[in-house]
Amino acid sequence: MKAAVIVFPGSNCDRDLAVAFEQAGADVTMVWHKDSTLPEGVDIVGVPGGFSYGDYLRCGAIAAKSPVCQAVAAHASRGGYVLGVCNGFQVLTETGLLPGALLRNAGLKYICKTVGLKVQTSNSAFTEGYNAGDVIGIPIAHHDGNYYADDETIARLQGEDRVAFTYTDNPNGSRGDIAGILSENRRVLGMMPHPERAADAGHGGTDGVALFRALTGALTPA
Amino acid sequence: MQDPAITPDLIAAHGLKPDEYDRILEIIGREPTFTELGIFSAMWNEHCSYKSSKKWLRTLPTEGPQVICGPGENAGVVDIGDGQAVVFKMESHNHPSYIEPYQGAATGVGGILRDVFTMGARPIASMNSLSFGEPSHPKTRQLVSGVVAGVGGYGNCFGVPCAGGEVRFHRAYNGNCLVNAFAAGLADADKIFYSAASGVGMPVVYLGAKTGRDGVGGATMASAEFDDTIEEKRPTVQVGDPFTEKRLMEACLELMKTGAVISIQDMGAAGLTCSAVEMGDKGGLGVRLDLEKVPVREENMTAYEMMLSESQERMLMVLFPEKEAEAKAVFDKWDLDFAIVGETIAEDRFLIMLDGEVKADLPLSKLSSEAPEYDRPWVPTPEAAPLGDVPQVDPIDALKMLLGSPNYAAKQWVYEQYDTMVMGDSARTPGLGAGIIRVHGTGKALAFTSDVTPRYVKANPEVGGKQAVAEAYRNLTAVGAKPLATTDNMNFGNPEKPEIMGQFVGAIKGIGAACLALDMPIVSGNVSLYNETDGAAILPTPTIGAVGLIASPDEIIGCDVREGHQLLLVGDTRGHLGQSALLAEVFGREEGDAPEVDLDAEKRNGEFIRANRELITACTDVADGGIALAAFELAEKTGVGVHLDSDATPLLFGEDQARYLVACNFDKAEALMTAAAQAGVTLTSLGKFTGDSVKFGGSEAALGDLAEIYRGGFAAAVA
Repeated sequence: MKAAVIVFPGSNCDRDLAVAFEQAGADVTMVWHKDSTLPEGVDIVGVPGGFSYGDYLRCGAIAAKSPVCQAVAAHASRGGYVLGVCNGFQVLTETGLLPGALLRNAGLKYICKTVGLKVQTSNSAFTEGYNAGDVIGIPIAHHDGNYYADDETIARLQGEDRVAFTYTDNPNGSRGDIAGILSENRRVLGMMPHPERAADAGHGGTDGVALFRALTGALTPA
Repeated sequence: MQDPAITPDLIAAHGLKPDEYDRILEIIGREPTFTELGIFSAMWNEHCSYKSSKKWLRTLPTEGPQVICGPGENAGVVDIGDGQAVVFKMESHNHPSYIEPYQGAATGVGGILRDVFTMGARPIASMNSLSFGEPSHPKTRQLVSGVVAGVGGYGNCFGVPCAGGEVRFHRAYNGNCLVNAFAAGLADADKIFYSAASGVGMPVVYLGAKTGRDGVGGATMASAEFDDTIEEKRPTVQVGDPFTEKRLMEACLELMKTGAVISIQDMGAAGLTCSAVEMGDKGGLGVRLDLEKVPVREENMTAYEMMLSESQERMLMVLFPEKEAEAKAVFDKWDLDFAIVGETIAEDRFLIMLDGEVKADLPLSKLSSEAPEYDRPWVPTPEAAPLGDVPQVDPIDALKMLLGSPNYAAKQWVYEQYDTMVMGDSARTPGLGAGIIRVHGTGKALAFTSDVTPRYVKANPEVGGKQAVAEAYRNLTAVGAKPLATTDNMNFGNPEKPEIMGQFVGAIKGIGAACLALDMPIVSGNVSLYNETDGAAILPTPTIGAVGLIASPDEIIGCDVREGHQLLLVGDTRGHLGQSALLAEVFGREEGDAPEVDLDAEKRNGEFIRANRELITACTDVADGGIALAAFELAEKTGVGVHLDSDATPLLFGEDQARYLVACNFDKAEALMTAAAQAGVTLTSLGKFTGDSVKFGGSEAALGDLAEIYRGGFAAAVA
């Protein structure tokens, strides 16, 4: 499986995401934000956490206009897989690959801690390693993770089984306790929690491993 | 714009004493220009020149086989084997944080990160030691929320995990909070970068954010006491941009790999002045700067303003001219401003030009070599009066009072605002004892701790200084690490007062003795004096930051106890209650002497822990709050109750040093007893972990109820 991890100048979880992909057996290439194409044959693009361009305007807003994001959008429109984590999720909503927006946390503070996530669907290449209803512990680390979409969109996401994860104890005010959502074709996942921070017994636990393993398994030609 | 005339008032406003000004006249043989006066003021203030502390700092032990570079550079460098080094330092940003908490704290973090990556190291851990006034003081909440948000705002964006720190409250900090920021980075031991320039005619390159008027005179401000005009000083605080800092770091590390860098110095306090002088002085060279080439973000900046600006995220370097194209490619990649702003020259001159006009022309080496140095008069701190009677208390009631105090309550309200997990190597996040960050891609890990008990230092500076180092040693030991080296951040009041200077001298003596005995040399540090408001000084607060090495993952000692584990105490208990947390929090008394520190016992007991780590499932050091607090913290961590046989106040709340609590199963406890007897270490059985309550003799409470107090105490008091 070939993965590409996007590097914005303010990305700071790019290495962490690459390590998690590699540990699951992927072949990883880092792609600079000024590049307008992705490497040949990439199966999945990882948009990592961090502060893409400082996040001074609106988290992910400037990144959405970057050359590499045009390439990511093209990859997604071809049916390619995309995983956006934290700032990556914010970038994907700003790019329009996923609906809704991430607002400032309801408590107005940055929060870094491990939270409980309920797996809402195992029907995706990202979540098929879990059973729907599983509760897993995955760290969050964000200031703007309060998922917002209008009633209609929330209802559609829920109705189409596109809510991948919900919080068991909503830390940030997200509507419908939503922590992660899938695109219509179920090949783009955006989530605020960091599965790459729970992919190693010596750091943050191993509850995120199944996500990376499932991806590698699903995307590797047998 | 016409430069102002040099008058006695102007000289005084620059923090220069009349005799210091006379010295300037002697050195240059004429009246200084306005810009020159500013340069002298920047170089000779307390913050930059260490003029009151230098004499005593020289007495600290700074050497050892593990030390690659001791104090004097941007940060200390210590060998961690396999050709790798850890680079670290702690630095204060006290005065700016009190004036403007968010930006003051944020730029404090930015400054210390820059010190680390300037040496060629990628930052991998940060800590913050914060001291605030009493919770009921009207400014405290605003300071706590601003400082914590500022520390987080900068570090989280930059992308360095917070590994630990301290937060304390005491009325002595009502008028002066302390923000001590620590950073550590990882580098190849043979690829460390230093500030000494070499070669004549080499380009001096400016890299990073543009220069503005922010922070002009900041270092001078930080070298004075506060009074009621404090609010007027807000414009001297700089504004931070962590996104630029992150790019600056990546660009510097990339540039260093190209071999283009001869020397490098970050622009911190007193900006361009300090960094250029440092590079020239260390290299035995002069420096010429053409200020019209400096990237600026404001119009009509004068030479004076440019030389004294403390705009953040800026770096000065001397590059090999033939590598200019490669250097430019790196800067362009990261979209950073850079400019060649001058060159090294052979004469001993600091020549500042603006649009062809000479603004300053000073003998460069004399700016530092002739800087004033004082042997300030000092008086030893009088011996503490003996402690009067301490009434018996119900130990559970006393514990509840400690747990509800923001000084001893859980600090997750603070730590959850910091990214503690970025970079994917946090083996132990903040909360209990030292933090652990793995050395990426190896089996090694580094442990980090920051310690001081200011009450002890006030009562007995020398013993308090020793104790701070000893506690750091124990915190590192308790996670299985071998203590390597130390950085000290000395926060004190006005050194012109003999009793304050006496505190400083005493603390230095104690720190020096402990660092020597425990083989933890001081490799870097910072001094912050004049922490006084309207004549009232802070508690003497020599913060000790220390780093330990863990050679392999199985050397880590955990902190997870299990049902049925034995609770054992390593070390001797005499029941010392002087200056204890119990006395302060329960009785509102700060009396008696600091607990005695036996450095031989510290070493013996620490080595015992490390030698027997296989027998120890969980371990924590016993510090303020005594056995009662330490046992509770272990129990709370995993949610298993703890029952101690005794309910005696001195045993439970005494703060004798050189002690650890250890948990393990019965068989291992037996083996540990045998090992202790052989090693001549006192090991006592105190009780065991069981059930869901905390019990001291006949006094008992549900663990859940206590945990609720402990988890809520901080926010209830100050959030």
